[in-house]
Amino acid sequence: MYQIIRQILKTGIKTETPPQADDALRVEAQRLQKEILGHIGRALTIRHVDAGSCNGCDLEIHALNNAYYNIEGLGIKFVASPRHADMLLVTGPVSRHMEVALKRTYDAVPEPKLVVAVGDCGCDGGIFCTESVGENYASCGKVSNVIPVDVAVSGCPPTPIALMRGILTAITGGTRSA
Amino acid sequence: MKLDELTATFNKLPGAMPIWHGTVDATQFRNLCEQVKHDGGKLVALWGSDESPCDAGYALHVALVAASGMFCLTLPVKAGRPAYPDISDIFFGASRMQRAVADLIGLHAIGADDQRKWLRHASWPDNVHPLRKNFDGNTVFPTETDAYPFVSVSGEGVHEIAVGPVHAGTIEPGHFRFSVIGDRVLRLEERLGYKHKGIEKRFESLNLEQGAKLAGRICGDSTVAYAWAYAQAVESVTGAMPPPRALALRAVLLELERIHNHLGDLGYLGNDAALAFGFAQFWILKEEVLRMNNELFGHRYLMDKIVPGGVACDLDPQGMERILQLLSHLEQEVRILKDIYDEHAGVQDRFLTTGRVMPDLAAQLGLTGLPGRASGQAWDVRAQFPCAPYDQLEVRMATHRNGDVAARVIVRFEELMESMRLIRLILAKLPAGELRATVADAPENALGIGWVEGWRGEILVVLHTGKNNGIHRLHPHDPSWQNWPVLEHAIIGNIVPDFPLINKSFNLSYAGQDL
Repeated sequence: MYQIIRQILKTGIKTETPPQADDALRVEAQRLQKEILGHIGRALTIRHVDAGSCNGCDLEIHALNNAYYNIEGLGIKFVASPRHADMLLVTGPVSRHMEVALKRTYDAVPEPKLVVAVGDCGCDGGIFCTESVGENYASCGKVSNVIPVDVAVSGCPPTPIALMRGILTAITGGTRSA
Repeated sequence: MKLDELTATFNKLPGAMPIWHGTVDATQFRNLCEQVKHDGGKLVALWGSDESPCDAGYALHVALVAASGMFCLTLPVKAGRPAYPDISDIFFGASRMQRAVADLIGLHAIGADDQRKWLRHASWPDNVHPLRKNFDGNTVFPTETDAYPFVSVSGEGVHEIAVGPVHAGTIEPGHFRFSVIGDRVLRLEERLGYKHKGIEKRFESLNLEQGAKLAGRICGDSTVAYAWAYAQAVESVTGAMPPPRALALRAVLLELERIHNHLGDLGYLGNDAALAFGFAQFWILKEEVLRMNNELFGHRYLMDKIVPGGVACDLDPQGMERILQLLSHLEQEVRILKDIYDEHAGVQDRFLTTGRVMPDLAAQLGLTGLPGRASGQAWDVRAQFPCAPYDQLEVRMATHRNGDVAARVIVRFEELMESMRLIRLILAKLPAGELRATVADAPENALGIGWVEGWRGEILVVLHTGKNNGIHRLHPHDPSWQNWPVLEHAIIGNIVPDFPLINKSFNLSYAGQDL
């Protein structure tokens, strides 16, 4: 126990003491955190659905929970059930094998609900489909081909900061693309 | 045909790795598989191809590893009788690979116990085989409701828990069907393939240069390993020789990938044993590695930095200093955290004897990569078949024999330390010079194979070239293929709440096997 406490004290609070190199990024992160807090007041719950990604975007969603971004500290929490969620964060092009599961998950989220499509694949089907076609025998392509999307965050993968910005945009009223 | 004669009778593929290729008949095919198994070797991959463009029906291929290197066998299959002999009785892990071949190419393993579909769900009919040349990859079929014949367990007090494909927290999709009595698991059956997005078919519409980007997106957490294996395959068919500096930098990138993945897993393993402190600490370290990656190489996960012919990044003396400083910091912190994990009674109680795969069972089932090394299966491409720069480094392989979550944790700690040692050695002698060799267009109908020890285990990329520097067939293989079925055994007799911990200790890829 002594070791654990010593290590915690030594580590300090990373969320407030950023490393020198990323100072610019840090400033933006803090501003974003403040804005998100201002809008949601208390809490936002997110259900993440990986609908066919390479797992790259999902790694950055994991990173949101680390001490640097500390998204849970803001009252934004990832939940296990879509019935507990305000927002779906969807990664990947939607594989045809995930089409039904994604639709069911969307239906299970209570109204009002938000959807943020994550990554280049979620935005336009990405590298897995021929650009001009945008889908194939195994992939439905972009997320909005399957469920309504409020905000799409591009990037391969988008950084945690870009993800936070996307979540904020959705909360403050993004443009819904059908 | 004798195994020890193959290096003389088969063709040695050009390039960095000791790989031989030859064509065999059905009898030789099974016979060689049996010899490899008998000599303690293993099956790395099994895949099929449609050879109708050159009027040769189909072909079934396997990559086997024996003490002297890798042997790739090609068994021609007649178009009129698309079948080949089953080898899942020799190599347990072959079963799902054979089922995938039946789904995608329509070749059947005669005599196999399990003939159910595997990668196909209900998005294309069973008489359609997407990897056949006469199938247009952009054809779309109406999605139907999937019906999959799970094995059901009956008996007094037995009930089923069905989980997924949307399950747990932030995780890839898969379905797990537990048959339990009370809290104890009698049987687990996995259903994967949810992420199948037609990667192999997509490769066939790309040229060799475009393929590099897709190879780096087969499995995002192993992008470096896949990109390197792809580059090796391209270099093998084109004769390109990556400069020594590029090879050294590739190894630095690969070890950084191993470090950030192991750090992340160690954090989650603490978390799953109710030590949230472990998650907080290790993920700070992981984030520090990712930020450094971005700062020095321009991408947090190092995507697109390894390219055929060399690398698309460089390292200056300040960058080297930055890496060395971070490594000192990591090493110091990891030592402290390891002591804490080791001394923490609650954590050790959850880790020890949980999800156990004993060495005998691991050998029988073909457990490979990191979980394999934690169950006495001493295979590491970097140590046994080292390409440059590993041939100068004497990689120390981490192996343990307990085969439980604790052993998989220890292997991660040891590999972390080893990766740091390797990076220091490489940086101390980083060769000067070019970063990328010119890559000529590849001849048609050439075979090249890349073989790299990623953090999960060995990654294989098999490339058959087509016309105009194109791709006739590309098969990427993830070690998760072999290890997912073993996870079904690791959970037997454990309690349901230990499944997340056991699953995380294997940390297998869904994307890499669903393709």
